[in-house]
Amino acid sequence: MTDAAELRRRTQELLAAHPPGETERLDFLKARFDAGLAWVHYPEGLGGLGAPRRLQAVVDAELAAAGAPDNDPRRIGIGLGMAAPTILGFGTEEQKRRFLRPLWVGEEVWCQLFSEPGAGSDLAALGTRAVRTDGEGGDWVVNGQKVWTSSAHLARWAILIARTDPDVPKHRGITYFICDMTDPGVDVRPLRQITGEAEFNEVFLTDVRIPDAHRLGEVGDGWKVAQTTLMNERVSIGGMRIPREGGMIGPVAKTWRERPELRTHDTHQRLLRLWVESEVARLSGERLRQQLALGQPGHEGAGMKLGFARLNQEISGLEVELLGEEGLLYEDWTMRRPELVDFTGRDAGYRYLRSKGNSIEGGTSEVLLNIVAERVLGLPSEPRTDKDVAWKDLAR
Amino acid sequence: MEGPRPMSQVSTEPDLLYTEEEEALRAAVRDLLTDRCAAADVITRSESATPYDPELWKALAAGMGLAGLLVPEDRGGQGATHREAAVVLEELGRAVAPVPYLTSAVVATEALLACEGPAADELLAALASGRTVGVLAVALNIGPGAAHRAVRLENGSLHGELTGIADAAAADVLLVPAEDGGLYAVDADAVTVVPQVSLDQTRPLARITFEAAQARPLTTDAAGAVRRALRAGAGLLASEQLGIAEHSLTETVRYLKERKQFNRPVGGFQALKHRLAQVWLEVVGVRAAARNAADALATADADGYVAVAVAQAYAAPVAVHAAEEALQLHGGIGMTWEHPAHLYLKRAKADSIAYGTAGAHREALAELVDLQAP
Repeated sequence: MTDAAELRRRTQELLAAHPPGETERLDFLKARFDAGLAWVHYPEGLGGLGAPRRLQAVVDAELAAAGAPDNDPRRIGIGLGMAAPTILGFGTEEQKRRFLRPLWVGEEVWCQLFSEPGAGSDLAALGTRAVRTDGEGGDWVVNGQKVWTSSAHLARWAILIARTDPDVPKHRGITYFICDMTDPGVDVRPLRQITGEAEFNEVFLTDVRIPDAHRLGEVGDGWKVAQTTLMNERVSIGGMRIPREGGMIGPVAKTWRERPELRTHDTHQRLLRLWVESEVARLSGERLRQQLALGQPGHEGAGMKLGFARLNQEISGLEVELLGEEGLLYEDWTMRRPELVDFTGRDAGYRYLRSKGNSIEGGTSEVLLNIVAERVLGLPSEPRTDKDVAWKDLAR
Repeated sequence: MEGPRPMSQVSTEPDLLYTEEEEALRAAVRDLLTDRCAAADVITRSESATPYDPELWKALAAGMGLAGLLVPEDRGGQGATHREAAVVLEELGRAVAPVPYLTSAVVATEALLACEGPAADELLAALASGRTVGVLAVALNIGPGAAHRAVRLENGSLHGELTGIADAAAADVLLVPAEDGGLYAVDADAVTVVPQVSLDQTRPLARITFEAAQARPLTTDAAGAVRRALRAGAGLLASEQLGIAEHSLTETVRYLKERKQFNRPVGGFQALKHRLAQVWLEVVGVRAAARNAADALATADADGYVAVAVAQAYAAPVAVHAAEEALQLHGGIGMTWEHPAHLYLKRAKADSIAYGTAGAHREALAELVDLQAP
């Protein structure tokens, strides 16, 4: 059993063999991966040691104290948070060895080709087709369009779900692939948003050839594999401890304190109300974190995103109004393609517009309310007319 | 003397969960209430001459020793904390139990804990034993730090009138602020207590008339004792509100799974599901805020005033919302006297005024966290 002391010893060994000051950043990260200290709960040889997940904190603290470089999880967040656990869960040995190391060190950026213009919240209705050439074991040819793809313009690889059998009900005819973003059939176009930025992309797939060796899981099992990806997307909530005024309320409270000339009675009432709600949301997150630490996962995580989306929108809306004449202005409409998404960055107008996405991205608030109602409260689902109908016969 | 500190820091991390002992306590209280506090009986009792249930009080307060939770063992109590008292209040809220727990075992007890001397000690032990019910004679709507009324002191006797005193009709002894700035103990049979017709029939108010009532001095600093008492009352009221909200949600979900209309369970309609999911989200928030307030009171955290104000500003409207949704989503039956939904709505609405409204607590926060009014 690998315990905290053992991990500390291994970490010190790594630091001794590769002193951070004298080692190239990428070389250090590769050595760290090979020492099993990348994600300690992963198996040996794949960046881990099969240790309990919570012990990662021990390694991270030692490395941070020694000034070791980090692998910039924000830039490679999709790879780390979504592609890696899916590859670990469903990939072949060959796939795991090929993809996990460059993913973790950040040499290869990943993106996710799930959403489509014609299938938003009803993700399983997707229409991108993958057709196999020359029978069993042959390449797949993919055609279709994906949307809302963060990092597609930076990505080397993508996780992709596509329809391989239109004659069965929608959840059953989907297969999961790893797509090479350098394939000549992949066309990435920036998708400009209301903020003026192009944080996401549209991705057009025209006769993209994917070898069968880049299939993840069985043919027709893609929905099941995708559940792992999506669950891991939601697990990331609640892990971080935030201080009071750590969220969107922070900049507004600061403005309030520093600029008394902006204060009105109406905005005061709204600010106090939102301050209380922000504090309660923070405490709810803290309570969830304490439950998770004790191994008592609650359902509260499902609700956190709903709360933050509404709060972000209301607070940023108040902020623009509070600023008066300044609120009528906007910092910069130049189209840019940011590498990182920063909800609270830039000015009030940006925050107001960007937060509109918070109740849409990663599951709309309406879908999340259904999840709470059905999985937490146990209420019946709406009657469904799509369950036993072949995908090709569904209304679109 | 402790007092509010501006812009308090979040010092240590509060423990927002329940311990195993707290869960065991909850189970014991819930069992007792399931047996002895059925909603139908509470409704019947609320119309009788004795809205309180003395047998239930005896079982809770003396039998289980819950009246003395906040009192140290060497002063005759159980030596527990606000965390345990909060769990008891969650269950009492869930049952809208007609017992003077919050007023006697929390508010009056806290007032006495701020006093010194044999008279206060003796009374504290009597309250902790559960054999004596004490009530602080401050109107229920007054929040911590707000101005309250006092009666005239003449030659060691009290003269005057106070109204809006919760649970006064159940009290054996009253803790009364007088105009000289002191707090006095007065036996209930030395005054005239006239019940007022109250919105919340399970925690009724009364008018108290003092006509040369004999008074025993408890402390010369009534303001400090009252502030401490009302702060604990407001903080722990959030746990009662959590119980009310949670019960309202649970019952409504249960009903909507059973009730069929348009050939399917009503709970399957998205428009209703989303409303219930919204209430659930709010209940999650109340639980975190209420635990935070209870923990801050238990650990005498410097952040306690903020924790209490946040809990009250948030919990009060949620409990009302949950009770109102329960009534609406039960349809016609929810509007009847025989269905207990009205008990919860009345308690929730009265609680939203008790120990300071949400608005009053937000105003307090404006000072505490430096978000000053224009």
